[in-house]
Amino acid sequence: MHLDDLSRRLIDRFQHGLPLCAEPYAAMARELDCSEAAVLDALALLQQADALSRVGPVFEHSRAGASTLVALAVPEERLEQVAAQVNQHPEVNHNYLREHRYNLWFVLTAPHRAQIDQVLAQIAAETGLAPLDLPMQRAYRIDLGFPLGDTP
Amino acid sequence: MSPSLDTAQQLHLRSLLEVGLPLHSQPFAVLGERIGATQQQVLEQVQDWQAQGLFRRFGLILKHRALGFRANAMLVLDIPDALVERVGEQLGQTAGINLCYQRPRRLPHWSYNLFCMVHGRERAQVEARIAAILAAHGLQDYPHRLLFSSKAYKQCGGRYAPQQPERACG
Repeated sequence: MHLDDLSRRLIDRFQHGLPLCAEPYAAMARELDCSEAAVLDALALLQQADALSRVGPVFEHSRAGASTLVALAVPEERLEQVAAQVNQHPEVNHNYLREHRYNLWFVLTAPHRAQIDQVLAQIAAETGLAPLDLPMQRAYRIDLGFPLGDTP
Repeated sequence: MSPSLDTAQQLHLRSLLEVGLPLHSQPFAVLGERIGATQQQVLEQVQDWQAQGLFRRFGLILKHRALGFRANAMLVLDIPDALVERVGEQLGQTAGINLCYQRPRRLPHWSYNLFCMVHGRERAQVEARIAAILAAHGLQDYPHRLLFSSKAYKQCGGRYAPQQPERACG
């Protein structure tokens, strides 16, 4: 999507944090010298364009619960079906097709590791495929934001 | 003073935060209505969680594909155990690498133990950037692969709190 100036400034300024106060959008507007309505409109437009997932927290995995990265080696002709089976589980997010024999990669998150084990077993049973379970052992960089510098 | 929400309200609030703040002038008041609490109670709880480090960040969470970052590579490397910590720290501090995690090998199926994410607009640009990073750190001779993503089947935030009916994600 094409980003107007306000959207670009909102993203650059508030990806990493925003004012946690009673009227955060008004506080953001004051920082960017525009109206609260303009901030809310810009965010709604970004959301409609599917460029904004949400306004909120990214939880710290180790504090918030359990998570793991999972890979499946799916025969090409079964990809759509298996991706849909996997997506049915609410514990699944960020499910991507990648160029490798292990071609379906997704993240599982849950309140406890036991629930992850349960979902892995369910996915194995539903798909007949053996999941690779690759939990994070150590994070060397965790920042999920990124600069808009070279955005079209 | 510790926040005054009970455990059920805290769990409910966490599940609502995972979906995101409403685009409303007073979003914490709206969340308060949903969980039977005041705006002030909700704000204090969120600020408390922030101070405790429950959140990695609290802000705008974007979908990189819609913003033009269509070339997204997962770089995986097989680094000897004795070196992986040093290499992880080097790569984690390198500009252009968004995530750098150590994960277990699953032999004989999977031998890579270090995972990095690199986002860019063009595939060739990402490939060149990664080649330069590997060369700069003398890593080009360790086994490694670039797994570009060609399709997103699902892209949403983690659901750590127990299930609530309103929390579907497509």
